[in-house]
Amino acid sequence: MAGHGTALMEASPFAIPSRKLTMWLFIISDAVTFGALLFGYGYLRTASPDWPTPFKFNPSILNVMIMTFVLVTSSLTMLGAVDAAKAGDKPKAGRFMWSTILLGVIFAGLHIREWFGLIDEGVRLFQNPWGSPLFGATFFSITGLHLLHVVSGVVAIAVIARGFARGKLTAGHVETTGLYWHFVDVVWMFVVPLVYLLNVSR
Amino acid sequence: MAALTKSGSVIPKYLPVYFVLLAIAGLEVFLAYQNFATGSLLAILLGLAVCGGALAVMYFMHLARERRTLFLTLIPALIFVLLMLNMIWTDSFRLLHLRPFAH
Repeated sequence: MAGHGTALMEASPFAIPSRKLTMWLFIISDAVTFGALLFGYGYLRTASPDWPTPFKFNPSILNVMIMTFVLVTSSLTMLGAVDAAKAGDKPKAGRFMWSTILLGVIFAGLHIREWFGLIDEGVRLFQNPWGSPLFGATFFSITGLHLLHVVSGVVAIAVIARGFARGKLTAGHVETTGLYWHFVDVVWMFVVPLVYLLNVSR
Repeated sequence: MAALTKSGSVIPKYLPVYFVLLAIAGLEVFLAYQNFATGSLLAILLGLAVCGGALAVMYFMHLARERRTLFLTLIPALIFVLLMLNMIWTDSFRLLHLRPFAH
């Protein structure tokens, strides 16, 4: 009978729970999606001599620097949440997760402010006052997809925080959500230099 | 019942990575205001972004602490697919000129 039970329980090839492996596979596929967008954008950007460079240091680049600080700091608080959750310290894990949510909301707010600033200046999906009409399409699609990931992450962390506090979810759920949140941070590290810093106004 | 371990503050352990990531972000902003050609600036910024991303993946996402087989399964596959995508993009520019209404 013991052999029968053993045969049913095949060991994970990577010694990680299937939930975590699934998240890694999702992250890799999502990285390809962002990679495709950023590569496409990179080619358009370098091939278009009239590509707009609208981002002034103040407010745009300054705003982006604050957003980067906020998002990287939120990764740090998420690490704290995972550590506390693994140790079974629910109040501490909850505090760290709600801090991460707050930072995510601040990031989204700053991002939306940046969008409205550009829309006020006349940037639309296929037109803008400065040059190549594809600027708006690439800018809004890349930053919009990232913003969608941030908002999804904030909602996911809120659900996980609530479930973990009530004892319905485990530290494994917190860790898997943390993986996703760090990935959102990694993507931003590519979006900032390629989308914003290549187009600074001098 | 599993014994609860006291959660030590893990944050100081990751502070060096955190500060390096912020420093890379600051360096990128500095370089963006130097007089580089667009292609060169793109290559430099992409290189720095890869360094920052690798640090975050290895330490924040703990890929460095997982079994090496996980790394070897995920990362080479990702790089391969991205490079293959990269080969298609240049062809897409050629195709632009093959459109029926292209001049």
